[in-house]
Amino acid sequence: MRVLGIESSSLVASIAIWTDDSITAEYTFNFKKTHSQTLLPMLDEIIKMTEIPLDSIDAIAVSAGPGSFTGLRIGSATAKGLGLALKKPLIHIPTIEAMAYQCFSSSYILCPIMDARRNQVYTGIYQYNGEQFSTLMDQSAMDIAELMRVVNEFECEVMFLGDGVPVYKEMIEQLSNKPCHFAPSFMNRQRAGAVAALGAKYYKEGKIETATQHQPDYLRKSQAERELEEKTKEKETK
Amino acid sequence: MEEKDIYILAIESSCDETAAAVVKNGREVLSNVISSQIDLHTLYGGVVPEIASRKHIEKINQVIESALEEANMTLDKIDAIGVTYGPGLVGALLVGVAEAKAIAFASNKPLVGVHHIEGHVSANFIEHLDLKPPFMCLIVSGGHTHLVVVKDYGEFEIVGRTRDDAAGEAFDKVARAIGLGYPGGPKIDKASKEGNPNAIAFPKAKVDGSPFDFSFSGVKSAVLNYLNHGQMTGEEVNFNDVAASFQHAVVDVLVEKAVLAAKEYGCHQLALAGGVACNTTLREKMKEACEKHHISLYYPSPIYCTDNAAMIGCAAYYEYKKGVRHGWDLNAVPNLKLGER
Repeated sequence: MRVLGIESSSLVASIAIWTDDSITAEYTFNFKKTHSQTLLPMLDEIIKMTEIPLDSIDAIAVSAGPGSFTGLRIGSATAKGLGLALKKPLIHIPTIEAMAYQCFSSSYILCPIMDARRNQVYTGIYQYNGEQFSTLMDQSAMDIAELMRVVNEFECEVMFLGDGVPVYKEMIEQLSNKPCHFAPSFMNRQRAGAVAALGAKYYKEGKIETATQHQPDYLRKSQAERELEEKTKEKETK
Repeated sequence: MEEKDIYILAIESSCDETAAAVVKNGREVLSNVISSQIDLHTLYGGVVPEIASRKHIEKINQVIESALEEANMTLDKIDAIGVTYGPGLVGALLVGVAEAKAIAFASNKPLVGVHHIEGHVSANFIEHLDLKPPFMCLIVSGGHTHLVVVKDYGEFEIVGRTRDDAAGEAFDKVARAIGLGYPGGPKIDKASKEGNPNAIAFPKAKVDGSPFDFSFSGVKSAVLNYLNHGQMTGEEVNFNDVAASFQHAVVDVLVEKAVLAAKEYGCHQLALAGGVACNTTLREKMKEACEKHHISLYYPSPIYCTDNAAMIGCAAYYEYKKGVRHGWDLNAVPNLKLGER
């Protein structure tokens, strides 16, 4: 079985090909450059190097959010276009879950955080029990202080990762009621390898969708929608 | 030997329409599918970029599949993928560009990026098989007001442009001010039919020293002042008269300059392009003026005036024939200039 992984939810642009329990190729950038200009050339490079026929891919796993709205759409449109042309299914991978998934067998509770600005983070809480991976809190957008109240409820120590760490590290250490851990460099950002590996697991569980069905999961409405809702609410209460 | 037929699958997502089309040999539209978001944006009084982008990603595959199906085509019969890469809303453009690149990459087809406005100009080729460059073209839309000499396919010389607002932008702003809402063009056109175009003398702006340049902020401000004055003095304002008089002022300038430019540059053919080319008064007045000056006038049907992918397929065909190919690093260029590559 072969799964293509696509990740472009944040600054990281990453492409991986997972084949029968190992990663054949992975290309990751954590560098300021438009994903629109990098993502497809990276896939092109991988295909040229490995000479893997594109149509040997069984499914396309895409990091489907949360994250940068534009970044998510570039990854999503790329996956949808590939799926349409190759007539292959897509696998919708929650971005935060894929980040936690790479910290295999960790004894800490796993809490990826992506900076969503204004003291907000995109986050979720996960746990490995040996090889068993489970979700303790589904991914959502929340205030960092609110997240720390939730995290403090757990007895187990917590490992944080993601681009929210450099932004909120001090606050996390201040608000935490137990020692905090921060994931090392090689597992603290999004990676398409993790997206593809989790994708293979989802695929085996039958969790696939068509390229037409797929769309990103922003976890947040657009600003215009939020403002319109507030206005309507104000009118109703008046 | 007869030349092989060329089929282009074209994708357009620069603003608030998600569109795909299949075009044969640049002039024959086999399908033209448009998913419009107008109703959604009407709630906000204009296009909201983030909402437009979200809608594009939701609809794009469905629209492309319908375009292939209606054309009775499969992807393997397509020769190239054409896509609008600018100008437009960056987030909206990116959806079409990323999708088109992925399809072209996975199906091993050449990718041809198209300038949105060149698409509008090319819309004229679809229904007028006799129209060939060179000709003068008046491009009027929500974002553009240009007079260009189309010297050859994909080759333009800009001879006039707006110094401030685009004509369509002025329509939108005036429509909002008299409470007609979004989209302004069609609504003003309709209201004008009930009003007197000579009721109010709004200024017809001239740009000193540039006979083919436009300026619409003056007439827009004059309308707003007129409305303010009416409100302050309590005098009743006839909105239909305002719409008709405003439209009259704008159309007069467009007709006068387009005809003058056609004559100056020795063009016996004049084409209209862009959303405002749907305006019925503009079409009528331009027809009258062109008949008087023995200029052949061309304009697309309304369906090809507003944003669509058939026009992108048409423009992509001529680019494709010239050997234009874009790489997998093609990016959206929100402020892409006309004639720029």
